[in-house]
Amino acid sequence: MPPNEMAIPRNDFSLRRVGAMVLRYWYLLRGSWPRILELAYWPTMQMILWGYINQFMASSSGGGSGWVAQGAGVLVSAVLLWDVLFRGQLGVSISFLEEMWSRNLGHLFVSPLRPGEWVTALMTMSLLRTLIGVLPAAALAIPFFGYSVFALGLPLAAFFANLIVLGWSLGLLIVALILRYGMGAEGLAWIVVFMLAPVSVVYYPVSVLPTWLQPVSLALPSAHVFEGMRALVFDGTLRWDHLAWAVGLNMVYMAGGVAVFLYAFHQARVRGALLQTGE
Amino acid sequence: MTERIIPQQPAIRADGLTKRFPTPDGPDVTAVDAITFAVPRGSVTGLLGGNGAGKTTTISMLLGLLLPTAGTVEVLGVDMARRRHAVLPRMNFSSPYVELPHRLTVRENLTVYAHLYGLTCVKKRVQELAEHLDLSRFLDRPSGGLSAGQKTRVALAKALLNDPELLLLDEPTASLDPDTADWIRTYLERYRLRTGATILLASHNMLEVERLCDGVLMMRQGRIVDRGAPSALLARYGRQTLEEVFLDIARASDDRIPTGEAADAAE
Repeated sequence: MPPNEMAIPRNDFSLRRVGAMVLRYWYLLRGSWPRILELAYWPTMQMILWGYINQFMASSSGGGSGWVAQGAGVLVSAVLLWDVLFRGQLGVSISFLEEMWSRNLGHLFVSPLRPGEWVTALMTMSLLRTLIGVLPAAALAIPFFGYSVFALGLPLAAFFANLIVLGWSLGLLIVALILRYGMGAEGLAWIVVFMLAPVSVVYYPVSVLPTWLQPVSLALPSAHVFEGMRALVFDGTLRWDHLAWAVGLNMVYMAGGVAVFLYAFHQARVRGALLQTGE
Repeated sequence: MTERIIPQQPAIRADGLTKRFPTPDGPDVTAVDAITFAVPRGSVTGLLGGNGAGKTTTISMLLGLLLPTAGTVEVLGVDMARRRHAVLPRMNFSSPYVELPHRLTVRENLTVYAHLYGLTCVKKRVQELAEHLDLSRFLDRPSGGLSAGQKTRVALAKALLNDPELLLLDEPTASLDPDTADWIRTYLERYRLRTGATILLASHNMLEVERLCDGVLMMRQGRIVDRGAPSALLARYGRQTLEEVFLDIARASDDRIPTGEAADAAE
């Protein structure tokens, strides 16, 4: 009798299977230099554009003593952090879409891979893709504009973490919608996050928004991150209240994202979508 | 956690397995209608039926990719509804309709799946399978650029990575030339002899079924309408080939389709 007839091993969460899926997406990424270039291209262009806007608004010809002039590089920090949110969401959605485009879900989910392991791999890849995209732009801001976002210090890590986690929650929501509505919902991967941009108060304080819209804004972790970032840049103070709100809201959003994803995954198994969905 | 395996337990036991799909405007469509069957360990069983008979739906439910509306599935003694992850490392699946990522090379695809199945000595196993399945020349080529025959061999290599005790194959030789198809069949025969694995294959190729299968499940309109060894079916229908039996069943009027109980009795 072969050994595996004797006992069926436990198959709990496996980091090795997470690693296998990260390897799968890494193979895809490293096999295409345009993909890697594309990751860094947009954040870099955005940084340069907003860097010059920042310089102009801070100069005397651009209004001089205005709000932007009081905080060096506030717009550059904002655009780089916004890209963390955008890339974080896109990283989850695109890796998922790779499986849809290649009709690979059927193979994946007859293997021992569990949904939680897959989601962890999607998040890991999102982190890698975000770092590949944002780090070169952040580094280039130093010679271009004499501004280093790393000067924000440890709070930068907290801002980064909160934004990427919100990106993951949104990514899971989009994955759920694509599992439910098929490839017709593919375009959501590129547009949903921009619905949040006006109320995430990326480039202006929450007080600019109409009174009725401010509670909507403050219900988003991203708004608290950008308010916190500006407090740090303008006043040099770390607003723990904003950070606490961002963390608390993120926990709620992540729990919601995971629940919606798991429900959509279960429904996909009810409808047979794991085997049939593709281009 | 351990689970006692009873030696005579079948590899697959499906009981009252049913799948109904809702439709937007009308009544539910019943794709699989309360089928009950067992696949003995070490056997090769053919799942036959015309297009839309319910073969792929049945295989999807056996794999746990699709949740049944009613009924139960046990695979290698494990209830698939409750503990499918306990048995997935011991089974595998191949279908020409479920592809491996095109942009990854054959080696990369096999490496990823070898890790997913928790294999040790991944490089050695990939190399070994590449030699067995004559894939060595293609290992570093993108999977999407291979011919249909080469893709089928790669899919089979993926399905054999974990030396599965149970192999589910959906039309393993569809769209292959006779030479490649024969090569695949021979490989499957040898694999079964070497490992004692159980194979369930859905096929439209009756010669393939006659050659490979110990038993056959005939499906029509979501039901198992007959079952037995190929020779027993030939005798029962008074035919020379399984293709003729298949046509008799496929073209029979609805009122001549036996019920599940009749098929059980025929067995």
